[in-house]
Amino acid sequence: SIADSKDIVIDAPQIAENGAVVPIEISSNLPNTRSIAVLVEKNPFPLVAKFDFHEGAVPFVKINAKMGESSNVRVLAEAGGKYFTAFKEVKVTIGGCGG
Amino acid sequence: MADPMKIRATLKGDLADVRVLMGHPMETGQRKDGAGKPIPLHFIQEVTVKLNGKTVIEGQISQAISRNPVFSFRVKGAKSGDKVEISWLDNKGDTNRTEAAIA
Amino acid sequence: MLVSGRSVLLTAALTLAAGSAAAQSQFEKYQKMVAEGSPVELFELVGEGLWKKPQGPKNASLEQCDLGLGAGVLQGAYARLPRYFRDVDRVMDLETRMLHCMMTLQGRSLEEATKRLFGNADKPSEMEYLSAYVAGQSRGHAMAPGQSHPREQAAYELGRKLYFYRTGLWDFSCASCHGEEGKRIRMSELPVLYKPEAARPLIATWPAYRVSNSTFKTMQWRINNCFRQMRTPEPVFGSEVVNAMNMFLTVTAQGEPYRGPGTKR
Repeated sequence: SIADSKDIVIDAPQIAENGAVVPIEISSNLPNTRSIAVLVEKNPFPLVAKFDFHEGAVPFVKINAKMGESSNVRVLAEAGGKYFTAFKEVKVTIGGCGG
Repeated sequence: MADPMKIRATLKGDLADVRVLMGHPMETGQRKDGAGKPIPLHFIQEVTVKLNGKTVIEGQISQAISRNPVFSFRVKGAKSGDKVEISWLDNKGDTNRTEAAIA
Repeated sequence: MLVSGRSVLLTAALTLAAGSAAAQSQFEKYQKMVAEGSPVELFELVGEGLWKKPQGPKNASLEQCDLGLGAGVLQGAYARLPRYFRDVDRVMDLETRMLHCMMTLQGRSLEEATKRLFGNADKPSEMEYLSAYVAGQSRGHAMAPGQSHPREQAAYELGRKLYFYRTGLWDFSCASCHGEEGKRIRMSELPVLYKPEAARPLIATWPAYRVSNSTFKTMQWRINNCFRQMRTPEPVFGSEVVNAMNMFLTVTAQGEPYRGPGTKR
């Protein structure tokens, strides 16, 4: 089973002015974090990216993701042989006159 | 210039902040062109980050990453002048790479 | 009855205001995070290559182009535009001046150089790449368009007049949308651009990468597109009208340190 973890920190705006580029910053404070996977639950293809961290890497990444609609951004981290998860809701709106 | 790429790597203590900009369409395969024809899937699938020649981060990337991707990473135990090399491979088999010294 | 009715209204109004303030700060967070993770520097990189590339019948690069500070001087040049140029006896902004250099230094025809001024996500235009590069060379410089020459002053006056001039099918002026505090179109604020505090942060971040369609947009495009949205005839690239509007906006924003090409929704 996958435990919720507060050691996974997701920094993203609560409201994105456009879904084409949603900046998401993820840090894992779990010891021995080996990988981080980022998913946008309501996207047609939810898995956005997965990063494996080897020796010398910090389990941190910032990405720009496409979001089709308001959704939870979910992170799965593998640390010490187990999986942990956290999520953050991001609302997507449209700004401006042209679209 | 096709597929421009740029790295900015700056030292903060013994951590290096690495930001990489990549020119790439990251087509999802769901968009249609002016004539109504679907634009084919065309996206970066793999990103590799190396510090002084050693692979430290491997990314598997999907078409849900934004066009002209920008990634930020952090590496530890780095010194000024250390070499960061980042490369990508897309679903068409095209590749690109660039490197920078940590400032 | 009256008291409780009023307090409900007050609570609702306060909630709405608090909600708006919270929403506004999240938009600011979005804009900040997007700007910090923007591909805009790639456009500057490609623009540098184009600036230095020999082109046209004269097989010359743009490196001798005089943007007002001397031939080939780029540091701080964009921040001093628009300005009067004696060699053509008129006011020019960056794009208008670069077009002039394309024609005079490179020997290119007006037709060829203006064939594709505004690009798209798959293929930005040469002018867009060049604008990114040259504007980037003014990062940190205080915006100081020309104001001493009579033609510069006339351009400012024309721009100011145009801002409030109602015209076109819908009888719109710029002020119809950008004339009152607190307005927005969908989720984007409409800044009151004749006020320095509104103009400064905006003019200091154009030209800009637009994330909603992955394109790079310039001031000539922005002004042209506003006129189009207002259902007026689209102004000609490099025309007196567009330069005057650019002059008016930049003078209103003067003093603000230029931040480099921006990133917008």
